[in-house]
Amino acid sequence: MHKILVKEELVPNMHLVKFSAPAIANKAKPGQFIIITIDEKGERIPLTIADWDQTEGSITIVFMEVGTTTQRFALFNAGDSIDSLVGPLGIPAHIEKVGTVVCVGGCYGIAAMMPIARAMKEAGNKVISVIEARSKYLLFWEDELKRVSDQLIVTTGDGSYAPQGWIPDQLKQIFEGGEKADLIFAIGCTYMMKLASETSKPFGIKTIVHLNSIMVDGTGMCGCCRVSVGGETKFACVDGPEFDGHQVDWDVLLSRQRSYHDEEILSLQEWESRNWRGTR
Amino acid sequence: MEEKEKKEKKEKIPRQPMPEQKPKVRARNFDEVPFGYSPETAMLEASRCIQCKNPSCITGCPVDIDIPAFIAKIKEGDFAGAIAKIKEKNALPAVCGRVCPQEVQCENVCILGKKGEPVAIGRLERFAADWERAQGEVSIPEKEPSTGKKVAVVGSGPSGLTVAGDLILKGHDVTVFEAFLIPGGVLVYGIPEFRLPKSIVAAEVDYMRKLGVKFQGDTVVGATITVDELFEEGYDAIYIGVGAGLPVFLGIQGENLIGIYSANEYLTRSNLMKAYLFPEYDTPIIRGNDVVVFGAGNVSMDSARTALRLGADRVRIVYRRSREEMPARTEEIHHAEQEGVEFVLLAAPLNFIGDDDGRLKGLRCQRMELGEPDASGRRRPVPIEGSEFETECDTAVVSIGAGANPLLTKATPDIRLNKWGNLIAEPETGKTTKKGVWAGGDIVTGQATVILAMGAGRMAANSIHDYLTLGW
Ligand SMILES: Cc1cc2nc3c(=O)[nH]c(=O)nc-3n(C[C@H](O)[C@H](O)[C@H](O)COP(=O)(O)OP(=O)(O)OC[C@H]3O[C@@H](n4cnc5c(N)ncnc54)[C@H](O)[C@@H]3O)c2cc1C
Ligand SMILES: Cc1cc2nc3c(=O)[nH]c(=O)nc-3n(C[C@H](O)[C@H](O)[C@H](O)COP(=O)(O)OP(=O)(O)OC[C@H]3O[C@@H](n4cnc5c(N)ncnc54)[C@H](O)[C@@H]3O)c2cc1C
Ligand code: SF4
Ligand code: SF4
Ligand code: FES
Repeated sequence: MHKILVKEELVPNMHLVKFSAPAIANKAKPGQFIIITIDEKGERIPLTIADWDQTEGSITIVFMEVGTTTQRFALFNAGDSIDSLVGPLGIPAHIEKVGTVVCVGGCYGIAAMMPIARAMKEAGNKVISVIEARSKYLLFWEDELKRVSDQLIVTTGDGSYAPQGWIPDQLKQIFEGGEKADLIFAIGCTYMMKLASETSKPFGIKTIVHLNSIMVDGTGMCGCCRVSVGGETKFACVDGPEFDGHQVDWDVLLSRQRSYHDEEILSLQEWESRNWRGTR
Repeated sequence: MEEKEKKEKKEKIPRQPMPEQKPKVRARNFDEVPFGYSPETAMLEASRCIQCKNPSCITGCPVDIDIPAFIAKIKEGDFAGAIAKIKEKNALPAVCGRVCPQEVQCENVCILGKKGEPVAIGRLERFAADWERAQGEVSIPEKEPSTGKKVAVVGSGPSGLTVAGDLILKGHDVTVFEAFLIPGGVLVYGIPEFRLPKSIVAAEVDYMRKLGVKFQGDTVVGATITVDELFEEGYDAIYIGVGAGLPVFLGIQGENLIGIYSANEYLTRSNLMKAYLFPEYDTPIIRGNDVVVFGAGNVSMDSARTALRLGADRVRIVYRRSREEMPARTEEIHHAEQEGVEFVLLAAPLNFIGDDDGRLKGLRCQRMELGEPDASGRRRPVPIEGSEFETECDTAVVSIGAGANPLLTKATPDIRLNKWGNLIAEPETGKTTKKGVWAGGDIVTGQATVILAMGAGRMAANSIHDYLTLGW
């Protein structure tokens, strides 16, 4: 059992959870993830480690409600425990001094990007962070990111918090404005990472993305997370989750993420009927 | 009576069949297929054994169970005595009685098999173990006084469990580290409920807990903690039994389409995550109507039979050699066939075909013929020119073997591996090339059998005990 120390709804449908997990706090590196199972019936879901504290023996994740498991997880509170939590998994982000780094985050990726931006800054890079949200009320961790960035650019889909636009628009402006970016990191929803990669490609700027394929074990045992990168099949959990965004076959990834489209709807219906009766 | 006469008399009693669920019924449920022997049937079957003076059966058992001795006890109705005899050598009899390939081991060399049918050693072993579990209280043996030494066992499959069970009795402090939450290895995530009920594995693990073995789940050694860090934490010896946890794919076009699984994923979803109970459980699995399974080992049979139980109308096993070369246990092939699994022999896949949505809809294959024997002694399949054919399918399970998972070994660079990535361990002791570290089971041999993994565990446990009491 793994205890929840803090649980907070940052913005609608986006939750922060701090777990007691001393062994993982000691080991965690930027870009790594954990896999949790909330209870006996839960699915194994991967979540990026957004922060950790060795003295407290805690790790923090930020998750978005999408399907049954994340919606059920949203009903947990501080003091509750989940069944299973394993990590840290995946190859850590490669941190080194390269010059100017653009850190791109959307939805949960705003939090997931934090440790990378922080480490890149500590390594002596100029860090420009770019985050997006559909609307102002969905924006979080702005101050946190500002603290670890030389420059923070925010963009909102509806223009409720200037300027109006999405991450690719901002990236284009940065590159066309003459900023010589040496590296881009992008974490968030798959479309955003795909578009960010497509935007940076003509400028020839290396773009590292964090692939979020469906996973089961997270240790290279099942092959569920396989993605196609540079024409080769890779396992996102052990060969990644970081890959070169210009080499990723996005169509395969987007298609495989739809594997359980019908089942997810069925699962939500089943859960909703249970939820009305007051159980998670 | 002369031995010869005795033998002839025994041969008159036929080998007792084990009652089981009817094929049509069981192909749609996940309950165990055979029901097991009743005490009367067990005693009758036991009476077929002629108690050979030089019993050949024992030589066929990788852990040297005193087979005639335990069978004699069953014949007398002393079931407690029988299970005690078995447990002298085998800590997981309820498991082995069910999944050992007896036809190539103990029963293969039983003297009665020369002329007629061998004694059903596996079924009797299963009977004794099930009888004991049904009694409730399992007796806890005396442990040796504490040695103050700490042993870490990595992996909770049959080999790790054997090491843990042996060393705890010798007075050492044993902790088992497991990547998953639930211990048991392939016994829980691979072999399906209808062949090995999870409650049996849970009972065995429970027994180990009572002996004092500690289980720490959710711990991936190599990620959560490394082998060297285990030594720093004060462990005196480490056993690595992490199994063959790397899926092998076909490497053909279209393999990333939706609906194509490795057997590891398919079975883990169904068994460990209980996807067969979806949507009551959250983990989904594609319930295909027309399922194709590649390979013909135990894993393939388990996948095919799982697909049937998930509701498939048609399940086909595509295998590139012929029936004789199929590596699965005879009983599994037989059961699969009875349940309606079809066999497409001497055929190999060329590529998968998908629809516009990226979902599997078909398969292109090629017919094969058998040529000269290869290194494994089996005749090599050779493609027949111009014999390509297409067939529809909506789900495919690739089950053509498993390799060595590099996660732990990459994080432990000073352990030597062979060219396939398996750990190198001394055949007589299980010692690896790193001081204080032993290894055994599938991570050393490649995917083999439960009983061989246990045998390797037993050997390593003895060597670890010697090391802890005498030195490396
Ligand atoms: C390495 C990695 C890190 C991630 N980090 C975060 C994070 O920090 N915060 C966050 O909110 N989300 C993160 N995700 C995505 C998150 O795992 C999914 O949103 C979650 O599993 C959805 O579960 P569900 O049951 O609620 O939804 P479902 O109804 O099961 O699925 C909704 C969608 O989520 C995806 N999904 C479903 N199951 C999985 C699975 N087991 N693994 C991956 N994706 C799945 C599918 O594409 C599906 O279309 C990460 C994914 C990966 C692979
Ligand atoms: C579907 C299937 C059916 C089979 N049927 C039969 C049969 O009928 N008869 C038979 O005799 N054999 C059968 N086998 C083979 C048999 O199950 C294996 O040979 C046996 O389980 C090997 O035991 P093991 O202890 O070496 O490893 P495993 O049983 O594979 O256990 C290894 C354990 O280590 C854990 N692990 C892996 N990496 C790490 C890590 N880094 N840190 C911590 N833990 C880790 C794994 O999660 C797993 O629990 C079958 C195998 C499969 C997959
Ligand atoms: S352990 Fe396996 S090989 Fe040995 S007697 Fe039992 S069934 Fe036969
Ligand atoms: S070889 Fe067969 S008949 Fe002889 S002792 Fe063993 S089981 Fe009995
Ligand atoms: S999640 Fe199973 S191999 Fe990556």
